[in-house]
Amino acid sequence: MPPSSTANESPAAAKNVALFDLFKLFFMAGAVSFGGGVVAYEREYLVGSAKWLSDEDFLSTLEIAETLPGLNSVNIAVIVGDNLRGIPGVIAAVAGLVIPGTVIVMVLGILWSSSRHDPRVQHFLLGIAAAAVGMLSVVTLQLGRRQFQSALDLAIIVVTFAAVSIFKISLAWVLLAIGPVAIFLYRPAARRALQRTAEPHLPFHRGPRHGKLRN
Amino acid sequence: MRTQLLKLGAVFAMLGILAVGGGTAVLPEMRHATVHWFNLTDKQFRDIYSLGQVAPGPNMLMVLVIGYRLMGALGAAVVGAAFFIPDCVLTLLANRLWIRFEGSPWRLAVQRGMAPVAIGLMSAGTYAIGKLTIVGPITGRLNPLSMGIAIGVGAILLWRHVNPGLLVLAAGAVYLLLGR
Repeated sequence: MPPSSTANESPAAAKNVALFDLFKLFFMAGAVSFGGGVVAYEREYLVGSAKWLSDEDFLSTLEIAETLPGLNSVNIAVIVGDNLRGIPGVIAAVAGLVIPGTVIVMVLGILWSSSRHDPRVQHFLLGIAAAAVGMLSVVTLQLGRRQFQSALDLAIIVVTFAAVSIFKISLAWVLLAIGPVAIFLYRPAARRALQRTAEPHLPFHRGPRHGKLRN
Repeated sequence: MRTQLLKLGAVFAMLGILAVGGGTAVLPEMRHATVHWFNLTDKQFRDIYSLGQVAPGPNMLMVLVIGYRLMGALGAAVVGAAFFIPDCVLTLLANRLWIRFEGSPWRLAVQRGMAPVAIGLMSAGTYAIGKLTIVGPITGRLNPLSMGIAIGVGAILLWRHVNPGLLVLAAGAVYLLLGR
């Protein structure tokens, strides 16, 4: 990835980014990311073009964005906006990110509303949904490649999946019941015993290939 | 009308906050809520989900169309605000807290514990869309063409990176040509 400015200094802290530039960068990311993969564009612009963040800064931002609830691309806009310019920065970044997609999806929605009984429209959209199933499967496998290989994680995955898909338990209950248990299983004391390797375990750490697909 | 709008807003605010693992994680709950509590059909939900795949930006902006379909322009505005604003506020607060927990062993516990939960929820979201797409909603029969497209797209992506926008449009075109 592109060189970061200086060794220890985070480029984010060094720069005084204009609100409009913040808006513009996220607007671009929100406008060109057809079919998803917004996070990859955010990374490209923030780290590659604007150099407001080092690659390391971006990865730690992504790590927080993925652990917190909500859309990852939006969470990144919130965190970067906040870190660079506080609350006005959050508003500028999030607005920039969602405006292009909002306009286009609404235009598509209005067109669809008037033509949704047309079999050609239905077929076209069904093909897209089918493609989405393929993409989601691959993204889930790639993001979870570490988790699918760990017996404990796999058990948590299976229980979560079954609770939602088979037992149809409401998401709030699923999270309230399974979340604390999962965190407890990985509590600091237990983790030391579980630790097999010395390397730090970052559950979502991954290469750009996976980021490309995620939205 | 006003109570319906409030209810719609409450449902989507909840969904935004519960999206552990991104938008895919809440798809089963979203489908259930919009189909059972509001009068969206499974087919409409699937179509609107597909529209989100075509538009740029976060795919989940498709929630705006759900709001529009159910309650017009006001519905779209309410759903958009409800889905995005509480989640942004939560993220903002958590971001400031998170820095304070730098180096806390519990921070890693939360990350490691919630990662498989997020993957489980994403699997459930994938399954929900898969069921709507590959199994006929009324007939319950498998649709071989959509199954083929899903497998084909998955195989292509495992093989190499292809722009997802192009892939999605190509899949739509294939179904348009071959579908009956």
